[in-house]
Amino acid sequence: MKILVCISHVPDTTSKINFTENNTKFDPSGVQFIIGPYDDYALARAIELKESTGSTVTVINVGTAETEPTIRKALAIGADDAIRVNADPVDSFFVAAQIAEHAKAGGYDLILMGRESIDYNSGAVHGIVGEMLGIPSVSPVMKLEVDGTKVKMAREIEGGKEYVEANLPLVAGCQEPIAEWKIPNMRGIMSAKTKPLKVVDAKAVDSGIKLQKFELPPPKGAVKMISADNVGELVTLLKNEAKVL
Amino acid sequence: MAILVFVEAAEGKIKGNSLEAVAYAKAMGGPVTAIALGAVDKAELEALGKYGAEKVLHAKDAKLDQGIIQAYASVLSKALEDEKADILVLANSSLGTPVAARVAAKTGAALASNVVDLPNTASGFVVKKSIYTGKAFAHIELKSQKKVIAIRKNAAELKEVGGTATVTDYNPSLSDADFVTKITSTEKATGEILLPEANIVVSGGRGMKGPEHWGLIEDLAKTLHAATGCSKPVSDMGWRPHHEHVGQTGVKVSPQLYVAVGISGAIQHLAGVNSSKCIVVINKDADAPFFKAADYGIVGDAFDVLPKLNEALKGAK
Ligand SMILES: Cc1cc2nc3c(=O)[nH]c(=O)nc-3n(C[C@H](O)[C@H](O)[C@H](O)COP(=O)(O)OP(=O)(O)OC[C@H]3O[C@@H](n4cnc5c(N)ncnc54)[C@H](O)[C@@H]3O)c2cc1C
Ligand SMILES: Nc1ncnc2c1ncn2[C@@H]1O[C@H](COP(=O)(O)O)[C@@H](O)[C@H]1O
Repeated sequence: MKILVCISHVPDTTSKINFTENNTKFDPSGVQFIIGPYDDYALARAIELKESTGSTVTVINVGTAETEPTIRKALAIGADDAIRVNADPVDSFFVAAQIAEHAKAGGYDLILMGRESIDYNSGAVHGIVGEMLGIPSVSPVMKLEVDGTKVKMAREIEGGKEYVEANLPLVAGCQEPIAEWKIPNMRGIMSAKTKPLKVVDAKAVDSGIKLQKFELPPPKGAVKMISADNVGELVTLLKNEAKVL
Repeated sequence: MAILVFVEAAEGKIKGNSLEAVAYAKAMGGPVTAIALGAVDKAELEALGKYGAEKVLHAKDAKLDQGIIQAYASVLSKALEDEKADILVLANSSLGTPVAARVAAKTGAALASNVVDLPNTASGFVVKKSIYTGKAFAHIELKSQKKVIAIRKNAAELKEVGGTATVTDYNPSLSDADFVTKITSTEKATGEILLPEANIVVSGGRGMKGPEHWGLIEDLAKTLHAATGCSKPVSDMGWRPHHEHVGQTGVKVSPQLYVAVGISGAIQHLAGVNSSKCIVVINKDADAPFFKAADYGIVGDAFDVLPKLNEALKGAK
């Protein structure tokens, strides 16, 4: 099986988000970048499948040269090779169009990615790629087993889950507990340095979307503390001050 | 020109978030045509008139009883064309968001999900969406004529504006190719208030010490008509099901009131709750980071505070 894993390069979950240039540019200063946590689940499941079924795993990222350490980390975790589409990933449609272009050429059986990126949170790339390739897209997937060409999945729904079956080829947007996050070991880190990382040009795509500006939420006011011996006061405040009861 | 709204039903009832989608389209100026797929009560569909739908298309084919992403996307794309509608509005949900993505790709529409407010049309068509998992917003212009908008809970106010909608059967031709994905079974908690839709959420963390103590969380939730949630370690350890896990890697909620009990307030948990209107934190450690994100706080032992709070709330009714 040929597996393609799509990884985003995103601020670490503990990062404080700031913008510059009149709130039109993300400010990367002091920010650590990671593989998106959901994408990390997709990658971990792909590596498990590689080990159990003898598959190959290619990772793809749409990003500028700064994303290469993130891509190398995916190679260190166990992917065989990587593609970087050299472009600023402006929105989900643009990203999906680049991924679909390479997926078509690469003849992948299974395309795994995260249910959503943690920067744009669109939850859209899997659906758009599926549509562009004319194959099913299933998300959010919390369990995925491959048996020949049949794929059995559990998809999370509000208040529970549903069990889904489809045939390869297929796109899945992954989330926990599909696999345990993997940490690269020393051998992985060493071998990642020489694994192929191909850089390709992006194709021109107009997604009909233009960013105007970013905005930060207003700062939270001070917390009002209430004594544990006077919970009645909390009830009064929730009713009369916050007006949420 | 009509705005099309995809409405989802659960257990025969239209979901609250879908009612908000109808209200959102109405507030945009309508006229609003809603569309429902699979088995839904006719009276429920007619009642969409209350929130501003003039017309409801009902695609009743039993094949659509299950939410197959590909098939739903095809039906909605066809309906946009048949209704000559340029805009599709739907609620962000485990089904709505993936379907929105495919509809956008199929129809060439500009897509915005996680939208938190009505569009600003002063110059162009600009929507505000939540990004960086609740840590920021982006104002993005949707330049294409066609648009797909997936809204977050509370993006529009639920106002009763109308009466009864006209329900018409809608029978698009369905292609077998759209049904290659099969849903073989479903496991679902019934009768519970669903976490992503709840107006009030009571969540417990590792401070609750074990699943055997969840009765305290459930009792409070019952009094408040709230959904129950939890932190990630709690679902990782299997104390609670995964769909209750709130935060960066779990459900993002935006209720009126979020009550966090025995949760430390790690940034990844806060990412899932920071758009709540009001946050109450109960924690025995006065230095727990969650207090910084709270509106009201009680320093105390959950096992002591929860029963007292529950009684006080019951008394206040
Ligand atoms: C990439 C990534 C993603 C993550 N995503 C999520 C996510 O989506 N959601 C999430 O929740 N976490 C997430 N986490 C984990 C997160 O960092 C924290 O580890 C987690 O939220 C801690 O859970 P907790 O507050 O229940 O437990 P703890 O940190 O152990 O806190 C327990 C709290 O209970 C209090 N307490 C103890 N006993 C009592 C008592 N008797 N009465 C009252 N209070 C008491 C303690 O003072 C403490 O503050 C993520 C982590 C990473 C790295
Ligand atoms: N720039 C990118 N390069 C490669 N894959 C991406 C990129 N952005 C998003 N993805 C993948 O698409 C998934 C969904 O992203 P989104 O639609 O932005 O929420 C992510 O979890 C990633 O797996």
